[in-house]
Amino acid sequence: MRPTNVWQALAARGFLRSGWPWRSAGYLLTGIPLGIAVLVGLLAALVTGGVLSLVLIGLPLLALTALGGLPVALVERRRLRLVDDAPAADPHRAPAEPGLRAWARLRFTEQATWRELGYTVLFALVLWPLDALLVAVLLGAPLTMAAAPALMATVGHGEEVKILKTWTLTSYPAAWAIAVLGLVLFGVGVYALTVAAGARAALTRLLIAPVDPGLGERVTQLARSRVRLVDAFEAERRRIERDLHDGAQQRLVALSMALGLARLDAPPGPLADQLTKAHEQAQAALDEIRELIHGIHPQVLADYGLEAAVADAADRSPVPVDVTADLPGRLPQPVESAAYFVVCEALANIAKHSGAERAEVRMGHRDGQLTMEISDDGTGGADARDGTGLTGLGDRVSVLDGRLSLSSPVGGPTVLAVEIPVEIPCEWTERCA
Amino acid sequence: MRVDRTLRVVLAEDSVLLREGLVGLLERFGHEVVAAVGDADALTTAVRAHTPDILLTDVRMPPGFQDEGLRAAVELRAQRPGLPVLVLSQYVQRAYAAELLDSGDGSGVGYLLKDRVGQVEEFLDALRDVADGGTVVDPEVVRQLLRRRRDPLAALTPREREVLALIAQGKSNGAIARELVVSDAAVGKHISSIFAKLDLPPADETHRRVLAVLAFLRS
Repeated sequence: MRPTNVWQALAARGFLRSGWPWRSAGYLLTGIPLGIAVLVGLLAALVTGGVLSLVLIGLPLLALTALGGLPVALVERRRLRLVDDAPAADPHRAPAEPGLRAWARLRFTEQATWRELGYTVLFALVLWPLDALLVAVLLGAPLTMAAAPALMATVGHGEEVKILKTWTLTSYPAAWAIAVLGLVLFGVGVYALTVAAGARAALTRLLIAPVDPGLGERVTQLARSRVRLVDAFEAERRRIERDLHDGAQQRLVALSMALGLARLDAPPGPLADQLTKAHEQAQAALDEIRELIHGIHPQVLADYGLEAAVADAADRSPVPVDVTADLPGRLPQPVESAAYFVVCEALANIAKHSGAERAEVRMGHRDGQLTMEISDDGTGGADARDGTGLTGLGDRVSVLDGRLSLSSPVGGPTVLAVEIPVEIPCEWTERCA
Repeated sequence: MRVDRTLRVVLAEDSVLLREGLVGLLERFGHEVVAAVGDADALTTAVRAHTPDILLTDVRMPPGFQDEGLRAAVELRAQRPGLPVLVLSQYVQRAYAAELLDSGDGSGVGYLLKDRVGQVEEFLDALRDVADGGTVVDPEVVRQLLRRRRDPLAALTPREREVLALIAQGKSNGAIARELVVSDAAVGKHISSIFAKLDLPPADETHRRVLAVLAFLRS
């Protein structure tokens, strides 16, 4: 693991031999001339703008000064790379339409612009003098001390030299002692300087390169829209089910009844045989539409909840299924729905692919989670990716912040485990029981 | 087809088409529909007003289109034990059947798939059986239950299961004997064996039959 920023570098071995102390020093040192330039620029702009505002031309100039933070922040974000490899994202949005006016309107209304202006003022007045002070104290002073013997020999003519305007040295042994102390302090200073550079960079990042400001908001929006999609999908299912039930199904039942009566009245013969055939067809159609409706939205789930619906799904499974359930009663509707369809899909897969003799569904509720395990004693080797429909179910479960995992070694047993938190954040669902 | 007595029926079904069809069918076979209603509240009112021989109701009804019909029927049976109820459901579901059979002592109730009204004779037979205090469960429910294992019924032989399934459909010993082409005595033997295996104490014969069916449904 190569360190990617000063904090990691400080903790890594061989810090003093690495390039990080140099990078930290470079970061602070380059800040000094830049800070001075910014200060001069700001003052010049304000003075010129102030004076010229008497003849009105200064006002736009002052307004332009407000945008002065933009180039400064640009350079500062670049400079961050000296002490931190992580990219500093530009917080500005791209204007929706071309042209200077759109650009200016956007920039003047962005929060980032004003943060950058604030940073620029802070940089010009406080930060660069602070950088200079830190470099002077932490590097300059120890280096001066270390140079004491040399200074003694040159400037002091071997007799007397003043170090840092405080100590007056009059002998070489004293000079050497100070030099040794200076070297020790230099080592300490390098560490301190690196910490200072890291802190300085963190402040800069906080002010002008915040970690994708809208990201949290966007994630919430996305999560909400996903929940809304699933809700809409559910509502649509219920609507289709209602329409089929109130329309086609009732008509078919009436048709079957009419044919049944007609059969009773028909004298034996070809006509009666035809009627019998038609009646059988109508019954077959009824069976099909009944299964179809049940697949779209099982009424038992709405009426009796997950436990009953799963028992019902087990009843329908061609492979014998044992159901053990220990649930505290009704769960939120989206949870019940997702859990039920997972069980259905799993049982369908077991019937189709596993060659299992038995299957088992275990459901429980603990630590605010609905836990389900659907297992079978089949041949195993199932893969959630090969179009088993489990992928879509995984998505449905994850919308509810749940997890779905499949373990299916070759030779079995296959276990599908599902966990869904039952306390769904109310902000995401408009339905809070 | 036996037409041995006229039943006074309260009919509750929200689909106008089916309601009309059922009224026509029942009247054609000599029964009297004293009230035909389209929602659960009207159902309750009609039963209280007319004291019918049997209530024939759909499960799903306005206002909520969930199981209002079934709820109203269970409620009514709690208030007037012995009110015969035949419930028509568009699905085969154990939960509904079990709830219905649990109301009262499980006699005089029926749970049929709605599609069965097309099989006119069987439907009318079921209606009469329930009115006479029998218990009728749709063969489809029974078929599903027989798929299940590891329950009190696991001890039953396949033949005994068949017999129990026929009992659950409200058939008499004679009818079961005819269906399975065995003697009445053989059927009686099977039935005592079933009762023994399901741990049902010897008591009133009909009552035990009902309990067997209940065991069957609750398993």
